Amino acid sequence: MTMNNSLQSPGKRSVGAWINSGAPWVWLNAGAVAISLVLVIGLLGLIAVRGLGHFWPGQIMVADYQPPGQAVRMVAGEITDSEEVPAARLESSGLEVVNGQELYTRDLLKQGNRDLSGADFVWIVDEWLSNRQYPEDIMVLERREWGNFYGFLESVQEDGITVASGESAWIVFNERLDRALTIYQAIYQIEKHDIGSINAAIEQLRLAERRLELSGDRDPVRQAEIQAERKQLNQEYQQLETQLGDLYRAFNRDSFVARTVAGQTLEQPISKVVRAYQPNTLSLTDKIGFYFDKVGEFILDDPREANTEGGVFPAIFGTVMMVILMSIMVTPFGVIAAVYLREYASQGWMTRAIRVAVNNLAGVPSIVYGVFGLGFFIYFAGAKIDNLFFAEALPSPTFGTPGLLWASITLALLTLPVVIVATEEGLSRIPRSVREGSLALGATKAETLWRVVLPMASPAMMTGLILAVARAAGEVAPLMLVGVVKLAPSLPLDGNYPYLHLDQKFMHLGFHIFDVGFQSPNVEAARPLVYATALLLVMVIAVLNLSAVAIRNRLREKYKSLED
Amino acid sequence: MSAEELYNVIDRKPEGDEKKDESLNKTLSEALTVKTAITYPENSPEKYASVTADGRAEPPSAFYGAVNPESLGRGRSVLNLELETTSMEVSGLNLFYGEKQALFDISMKIPQQRVTAFIGPSGCGKSTLLRSMNRMNDLVDGCRVDGQIRLTDTSGVQQNIYEKSVNVADLRRRVGMVFQKPNPFPKSIYENVAYGLRIQGINKKRVLDDVVEWALKGAALWNEVKDRLHESALGLSGGQQQRLVIARTIAVEPEVLLLDEPASALDPISTLKIEELINELKSRFTIVIVTHNMQQAARVSDYTAFMYMGRMIEYGDTDRLFTNPRKKQTEDYITGRYG
Repeated sequence: MTMNNSLQSPGKRSVGAWINSGAPWVWLNAGAVAISLVLVIGLLGLIAVRGLGHFWPGQIMVADYQPPGQAVRMVAGEITDSEEVPAARLESSGLEVVNGQELYTRDLLKQGNRDLSGADFVWIVDEWLSNRQYPEDIMVLERREWGNFYGFLESVQEDGITVASGESAWIVFNERLDRALTIYQAIYQIEKHDIGSINAAIEQLRLAERRLELSGDRDPVRQAEIQAERKQLNQEYQQLETQLGDLYRAFNRDSFVARTVAGQTLEQPISKVVRAYQPNTLSLTDKIGFYFDKVGEFILDDPREANTEGGVFPAIFGTVMMVILMSIMVTPFGVIAAVYLREYASQGWMTRAIRVAVNNLAGVPSIVYGVFGLGFFIYFAGAKIDNLFFAEALPSPTFGTPGLLWASITLALLTLPVVIVATEEGLSRIPRSVREGSLALGATKAETLWRVVLPMASPAMMTGLILAVARAAGEVAPLMLVGVVKLAPSLPLDGNYPYLHLDQKFMHLGFHIFDVGFQSPNVEAARPLVYATALLLVMVIAVLNLSAVAIRNRLREKYKSLED
Repeated sequence: MSAEELYNVIDRKPEGDEKKDESLNKTLSEALTVKTAITYPENSPEKYASVTADGRAEPPSAFYGAVNPESLGRGRSVLNLELETTSMEVSGLNLFYGEKQALFDISMKIPQQRVTAFIGPSGCGKSTLLRSMNRMNDLVDGCRVDGQIRLTDTSGVQQNIYEKSVNVADLRRRVGMVFQKPNPFPKSIYENVAYGLRIQGINKKRVLDDVVEWALKGAALWNEVKDRLHESALGLSGGQQQRLVIARTIAVEPEVLLLDEPASALDPISTLKIEELINELKSRFTIVIVTHNMQQAARVSDYTAFMYMGRMIEYGDTDRLFTNPRKKQTEDYITGRYG
C-alpha cells in the first residue's frame, strides 16, 4: 500500500522512505570521498606552492624605513611574507603607534647580511616604508657562510690590488667567480675522492696491521709490506696536499668589496661566494633559468649552512638506499614466514596466536622499534659483530653504532607484519584446484609451492612490499635512534672498498624535515625548505610506490587468477 | 549374429543362469574384442620423436550433430570383470572425515585399459573414492583411511598405496587425476604440458618438445594450439583447457587416469570431445571416471559402479548395469526416481 501511494504521489514521500531508498548514504559516502580528496589535494597543493615558490628569485626592494619616533634608515631585501597585526602587539614590542589605527601590515623582509646586521630576517611595518626602489645594480650573493648578502658591488681585488671598480666591477666579478667555482670543483674532487680514498686505504692498512698484532702474527715481511704501502700512500697524500695548497692559494686570490644599503662595507674573498645575481635586472626567461638552476641544486647538491642552504641530495640518496635495503630484507623474511604460517604450520590455536601477534606487531608505535633496534641490534648484536669480526677497529665501533644496516633492519622488522599479512592473504587466494592440479602430476608440496603457488602469489607479495615501502620511507622516529644523522660527511655508497658502507650513518628526508624545521638556528630561512623537502619526500615515496605498483601490475597480468 | 544381438541376449539372461553366461561371455570377449585403432609410442622419451603429425583422427562429424546418447555405448566388446587384468584393487576400504564415515567397506577391482565409471547421487562418496585412489584425500584435514588400495605395477606386483613406504608424489605420477573444473596453471600452454616432466627433472628442450607435441595430440588439442604453444593457457576455452589438463596429465604417462567429472563444467560439444578422447585414451591407460551424468557413464564406460550413501551398491559391466540392474536402488537411480 505504501509503495503504491508513494508511486502515485511522489511529493508525499516520507523522510523514512527517503532514508530507506539509500540516497542519503550515497550522498554521505560521496561527501566523505570528496572531503578526503579535497584534503589530500590541499595538502599537496600547499607544500607544492610553499616549497616550489622558495626557489623563485624575488625582486629586491630598497626603501627608507622610519618607525615613528626613530631616525630614518635604509633597508634592502626581499619581502617574503606579510600579515596583519593589531596595533597593541606592535606597541607591546616597544614601537610607537599612531592612535586610531587598529591594524598594521607587517612584512617579513629577508635582508641577509647576517654577519653585519645579526639577523637575516626582520619584520618591518609596511606603513612606515617610504621611497621604495628596485635598483638594478643591487646584487644578491649566496655565500658558503653567513647566508645571503644584499648590497652593491664596489670593487674587485686581486691579491689586495684593485683590478676593477664601478661599472665594470660586476663583469669582472662574475668572471672571477666562475674561475673560483671551477677551482672549487677541483678542490672538492681532490678532498672528497682522492684524499678520501687515500684515507680509506690508510685506515685499511692500520686495521690490517692491528689485525696482525691481535693475531700475534709478527711476520716481518708482512709488516714491511704494510710499512712500504703506507709510505707510498703518504707520499701520494703529500703530493695531493701540495696540489691542494696551490689550488687554495689560487682559490683565495681574488676578493671583492661591497657596500650595504646601510653603508657598511664588506671585504671578502670571492671564494666564499656560491652564486651571484642581480635579481632586479633578470628577465622572465632568466628567472625561469635561475629557478630551475636552484631546483637542480636543491635536488643534486650537498647541504650548506646547517642544512638551510644548498641541496638535499644525501638525504634523498639515504632515504632511497635505506628503503631498498629494507625491501631486500623484509621481502624474503615476510614471504617465508607467511608461507610457513599458511602452508606448513598446522592451523591450531598456536598458529592463530602467532597470527594475532604478528597483526599486533603492526600496531606497535614505531619509536618502540627504534628503542628495540638500538638496544638489541646495535648494542647487543652490533657489539658482538664488532668483537668477532672488527676487533682490530676497537675501541671505535664499526657495527656497534647506529648505521644504515641497523636502520634498514629495524624498519624491516617494523614492516614485516604488513608483508606477512599481505602474502598470507595472497596465498589463501590461490585456488585449491591449481594446487591439486600440480600435486596430481606428482609434484611434492614444496615443488607446487615453488613452481605454481608462489609465482601466483607474487602480486600479493608486491602489495605487501608497496605498503611496507610506503610506511618505511615516511618513518622518522625510530631512525633517529638507529642511524640517521643531521649531516653525514659521505654517502653510504662510494668508490672505496667495500663500496656499500652498511656501517655508515646516513641522512634521511624525513629527519631532514624535522631537523631543518625544528632544530635550525635560522627558522625563517629554513621554513620554505621544510615545504620543499616535504614535497620531495612525498615525490620520492610516490616514485618508489609507483615502480612497485608497476611491477605488481605486470605480475598480475602474468598470473591472472583462474577465476571465471 | 551381430555383436548387438549377442549383447542383448546376454544382458537379458535371468539371474540364475550366471555360470553359463560367463562361459559364453568368455568366448564372446575373445572373439569380439575390438581393438582401438590408435596406438601410442612406447614409454621411452626417445621414441616420442617417431610420432607422426596426424596422431589422431578427427571425430566423425556425427559427434557434432545430434547424437542419441544411448547408441554410443553399444557395439563394444562383450565384457566380463572376472576376465580382466586388474590395475587397481580396492579392498575393505573405510574412509572417515573426522568422526563422519564417508566410505563403507568398499571392495572392487579396477580393470586395466578399461573405462570404469562411478555414478551415484551427490554426496554418495564417488569422488571421495576416486580421490582416495591417488591419495588426494591426504590433503583433507582429519581424513583417515583404513583398508587397502593396491596398485599393480608393470611387472604385475601389487602394492598397497597406503603403505608408509609409498612415495605419494610418485604414486600421483603413476595415478594421474583430472578435476571437475579445468585447472591449468597460469603458464604457457607448452609449460603446462611440460610441467610434470620438469618436476621429474627432465629439462632437455628436445625431449620436452616431443612430449608436449605427443601429449597434445593425444589429448586432441594439437591442431588447435600448435601455433600458440607459448601463449597463456588461460586464454583457451573451457573445453580446450580441460583437454590441456588431460594432455598435461598424460604427458607424465600415468598408468591410471582418474577423471573427476571432467566434463561437468563444459558445454555439450566440448563434452563430446572429451568423451571421444576418453574412448581413445583407454587403449593406453586405465581410466576411472566419476560422473553425474548417467548418459555419459553409459556412453564412455565399460564398467560402472553405482554408489549410494558411501556404499558400493552394484558394480558390473555398464550395459548390463544400465539395462538390467540387479539391485532395486540402482534401478531407482537410473530410472530417475531419486538422486
